[in-house]
Formats: sequence, C-alpha cells, structure tokens
Amino acid sequence: MANMVISEMGLPKWIANIFAARNIITAKEALSLTEFELMEFLDVGLAEVTSAVAHISEIVCPPYQTALSLMEQRVQNEHLAGHLPTRLKGLDEALCGGIPFGVLTELVGPAGIGKTQFCLKLSLLASLPASYGGLDGRVIYIDVESKFSSRRMIEIGMKSFPEIFLKKGMAQEMGGRILVLHPTSLSEFTESLQQIKVSLLQHQVKLLVIDSMAALVSGEYEQGAPRQHALGWHVSFIKSLAEFSRIPIVVTNQVRSQSRDDACQYSFQVQRWDDTKEDRTRYDSHLVAALGVHWAHAVTIRLVLESKSGQRFIKVAKSPISPPLAFPFNITSSGMSLLSDGGFELTGPDINTIHCQGHNDIINFVGESLQ
Amino acid sequence: MEVGRLPISASQRGKLISAGYTTLSSLSSLSPSVLAREVNVSDTEAAQILKVASHGSRLDGSEGGCATINGAQTAWDMLHEEEMFPRITTSCVDLDNILGGGINCKEVTEIGGVPGIGKTQLGIQLAVNVQIPVDYGGLGGKAIYIEGSFMVERALQIAEACIEDMSESDGLLRKDFKACQLKMHPNNILENLFYFRVCSYTEQIALTNYLEKFISEHKDVKIVIVDSVTFHFRQDFDDMALRTRLLSGMALKLMKLAKVFSLAVVLLNQVTNKYTEGSFQLTLALGDSWSHSCTNRVILYWNGNERYAYIDKSPSLRSASAPYSVTSKGIRNSASNCKRIKMM
Repeated sequence: MANMVISEMGLPKWIANIFAARNIITAKEALSLTEFELMEFLDVGLAEVTSAVAHISEIVCPPYQTALSLMEQRVQNEHLAGHLPTRLKGLDEALCGGIPFGVLTELVGPAGIGKTQFCLKLSLLASLPASYGGLDGRVIYIDVESKFSSRRMIEIGMKSFPEIFLKKGMAQEMGGRILVLHPTSLSEFTESLQQIKVSLLQHQVKLLVIDSMAALVSGEYEQGAPRQHALGWHVSFIKSLAEFSRIPIVVTNQVRSQSRDDACQYSFQVQRWDDTKEDRTRYDSHLVAALGVHWAHAVTIRLVLESKSGQRFIKVAKSPISPPLAFPFNITSSGMSLLSDGGFELTGPDINTIHCQGHNDIINFVGESLQ
Repeated sequence: MEVGRLPISASQRGKLISAGYTTLSSLSSLSPSVLAREVNVSDTEAAQILKVASHGSRLDGSEGGCATINGAQTAWDMLHEEEMFPRITTSCVDLDNILGGGINCKEVTEIGGVPGIGKTQLGIQLAVNVQIPVDYGGLGGKAIYIEGSFMVERALQIAEACIEDMSESDGLLRKDFKACQLKMHPNNILENLFYFRVCSYTEQIALTNYLEKFISEHKDVKIVIVDSVTFHFRQDFDDMALRTRLLSGMALKLMKLAKVFSLAVVLLNQVTNKYTEGSFQLTLALGDSWSHSCTNRVILYWNGNERYAYIDKSPSLRSASAPYSVTSKGIRNSASNCKRIKMM
C-alpha cells in the first residue's frame, strides 16, 4: 500500500504531473514530507497541497472494520475462530483454543528443554486432515540449527495418532506436507522469506515455524544494540506476513545470561537501583531471552520453557488473551505432555524469568555409581 | 451595531440590516434555510453568515465586546469545557484517581511499558469503557483502535465483563433502568469499535491524515487508540532526522484531532535502553524529541510483584503511582488486600 504510485491515484492531472516532474513517485515519498516542504518543493499553494495529501492519504489508508465483523469473519472462515489446537488441554484453554492465527508466537527457553519437540508436534498437527482436528495444509519449517529430525517426527506421529499413521501411505503423505528449509546465513533467510511470501497462498501453507531466530544473528554480530536492529526488517516482514495470510507463525528463541548492560529500571525508580548495583552475582545466574526488548515487543504470545527443581514448566509469559499460567510438562515419546491441565498462576514479573538447571544431577549420578 | 462587526461582505450586511437582524442574538436561533429566505441570499451564504455570527457571539459573550484574536479561547471557557466532558474511566479506582478521574478528552496521553505489562489490556479496556452509556457515567461514544494484530477474543471478554459490572451496579442502585440496560450486548460494544490494521509507517501517517475525514463522518468517536505508535517507526529508518520530523508531524495532527473533535487520543509506546548517569536505564522509545509531543505520559512498570502506573509527565496532574491489576475481566483494582481468586 505504501508503494502505490501517485499517478494512479486519481489526483487532478495537473498536480499529478507536478509530483512526477519532481520525482515523487510513490505515496511513501509524498507522505514522508511535511506539507510545508511539499509546498516549497512543488511550488504549489498550501490549499492545493493539503487537498492532494488528503486525497493520497485516503487512498493509502487501510480499510477499517468493526471488531464485531472481524470476529464474525474469523468464526465463520477459520478453524476454531483462528486457533491451532496443540492438544495440550491446559495450554489450549489458556490460549482460547490454541496457537492463534495471524500473530507471532515465541517459544523461549534454555537448550534441550523441548522447544524443537514442541515445534515438531505442531508441524504434525497442522498437517493432519481436518477430520482429525488438523489444518489440512502444508507446513514450512525453517531449520537454522539443523535440529529437524524426520524420524523423531514420525515417531511422535505414530505414538500420538496411531490410527492415522498406521494406515498405509499416510506417514508419507503427512511427511510430504512438511517443507524443511536450511538457510545458512541471514541473507539466505531473507531470500527464503520473500519466496515464502509469494508462494504462501498458492501452496496452502498453514503454519510457518522458524527454529531458531536467535541462531541467525548470533554468528554475525557482536553483543549489544546492533543485534536488535539486525532483525528489524525481518521482524516487521514476518509480522505482516502473519497478518495478511492469517496463519500461525511460531518462532523459537534462545537464552543468554543477563549482561551488565541490560536495563531493568526506569529513571524514576533510581532509589532501588543502588541496592542492586553491587549484586554482580545475579548477572551470571540470570537468564534472559535473546534478541532484546524490541523483539519482545514484537511477539504477541511468549511461551517460556524452563526447568526448576527438576521439573520442566511451560509458562504463558506474554499473552493478551491469557492469564499468567505455568504448567508442568514432560517430553515423552509422543512429544510434549502436560502433567497437570489446571496450571498454576504466577504473579508478578516472575512469569518472565527463565530458570535453568545445571548438569549437577547427571554428573553426580555418574560419580556415585562409580564409587 | 453588532452585525456591523461581522466579517461578511457589505452587501450581505446591508441585507441583514434591512431585514431587521441587527444583533447577534437575533441570528443565534435561526436555521440557514430560514435566514436565506428572509434575507434573500443563497443557502450556502446564509450558512456562512450564521457560522461567522456564532463565532462572533462566543467571543463577545466572554469579554463583553472587545475584539480578540481569531481562534483564541479564554482560560475560563476552557475550564468550563473541560468540566463538560466526563473522563474515560480505566475501571481501576486507584488509576482513575491519579489520572484525575480517568483519561481526559481533548488531550494526547502516551502510555508506555515493558512487554507484558498490560498496555494492550489498558488500550482495549479504554476502548470498551468509552462506550459506557451516559447514564452510567460514561461517554457513550465509539472507539477507533489502530493496531497490527488485534485479538478480538480479548475485546469480547472485556466487553462482557464491563456489561456484567454495569448490570451489577444497576441491580444495586437503579432498578427502573434495568429495562434499557438489558439491551446492551457485548456485540454492540464490538460493533462500535472500529479497527484499522496498519502495516507500515506510511500507512500510519496516511491514516492520521485520513482520520479527520473519518471522524467527521462518525461523530460519535470519542477515543483513538494507537497500539503501538512505535513499532513501525523502529525499523529500517536510516534517516533519524526524517523520523523525528514525521513523528512530530503526526503528533501535531493527533493533537489537533483531539482538540477539534473533543476526543481522547491514547498512544501506546514501547521501551528501549538508554545510557544515562553511568548506566543503562529503561526509557520509552522513539527518542527525546518525541517525549515532548504528548500532553500526558504514563509509564507502566513492575514494582515487586505488582503492576504500577506512574504519571511521568502531565501539565495538570501530579507525579504519583498507583497499583492496578490485569484480570480476566480486564483492568481492575489491584487485589493486594483481598484473597487471591483463581482466574480461569
């Protein structure tokens, strides 16, 4: 919309010619100048400039919808009013049906906690036929760290939906619906994204999984501010992709230790700050999500996976439609399964913290058996 | 003669006087078609004359006859007007108190905070609360919500809770109004919530320009919420000076909208890190120039385990913090003293 050409907007001929003569071709260029600047640049009176800008704005402006018609549209046209059920009862209830369409859902957690397992199961669920509660469509899985395992996915399929997978040829068909890409650099990723945008509707893609986003940047830049902005374009591209195509997009993210540069207080909260200033030990033990605060704002739903006191939890850390709940889970042969559907509520900013256990229990265990 | 001071052409003035209209008060209760007939001018000219006359009488009434600057308003008139418009409640008593009753119409309020603190929740709550009928202390207006990804389910939840709360207070206070209350359905609330999906900063600017026309066609709109104003301005901007210019242009237009149509404009902002006083601190995004653009600024933050709102900047409210909570019903008072209820 922003790149619409001015000559095709139905402006009066004389002013359209002036715009073209001054090399202002797209709406974006016209709207990036204030009215006074345009007046000087085009040598036209203020009233004419104002009406031209108003005309351009009206055409470029997105159409409106009432929230009611939006809801009715979704209920009518989309699966479960726009949600992909994860088959984890507690989580689905918390998310009003499942992973929502049209927005970014992020999975963040330490290594080995189960993010890829969750993504594998979701890919399977999206490819299932509608009669079994799936989206009956293709899945694009962007696998940056080469973690995708077809064998594991078929295993999850066999264990979770034996009635489908034991049928002849079904495993092949389901497997055939999942396209795996292996971009090795940020530029390859950018190219793939652009190709995906074009082919999304044609090929009936119903889910996009990016595993993992952080890995794309970690090899290329140093720590600190530049890392956040490197993905700036991609973030808005993926978001607009999600909105236009109304498919769920699931992205995984890594964790890193909290650095000294991480801000956590506002200037008016300064009096507390002196207390925490000296506590350097927390910097190494606290984990935060990678990719920074700009990314954290861009995702709509953030699911934090962590392990605490030997038990793994999946927490709904950021979601406009859910209360802050945590569910204990296990990874079994059929993928992730919740140990309790009720979940318990966490108050305060704890819902965002990520705990990680070391390998103490494994190392000590081995040590003990040798004694 | 008062009519003699109106900025209209001499021939029109002559016609008015010969028809007997010499004072502004005699013109005040006329419709353009009646005037056109009486004075023998076209309808458009009559409308123009009446417009000028009403403007003139407003100025006269306040200062008793001396010419004032075009477009100016006395402080007393402004105070009067402010009292006429009720504020939009946030459904949390503490928050309303520090805001002086709620979000003020005719002003641009910026609300910022870390992800997950409840900015979108507050935005949706305000979009629903502006529709509370006048009988219940609300504005009975419509809302415009400008966002990238709108979660309708949450708006429905909050709308249902709002209606429930109204019927509850209904049952306690005024039983005779129960009849008209039952007519309000969550779908009515959703119907009055106009949603624009914006995908780039060009669209955001175009929309800000278009809003004037849209609101003149939908005069009931009393609040415009932009969630978030930051997102599209944060990426791929090589020219920071351009960004600052565009943002300030947009802020001015929004302020004008707020003043002209007497509605509230709420902008939701994100946070970023800033290096000040020897360390990184959290601050609202979009830079220092932007921080001057809004009339009021509220920052939402975590204080221990509670969510707090802090009035960072306001010409008429003092700096204060208040706790609030986000429940399944929307924004409510913080539950620090009551027993915790499980929400699901």
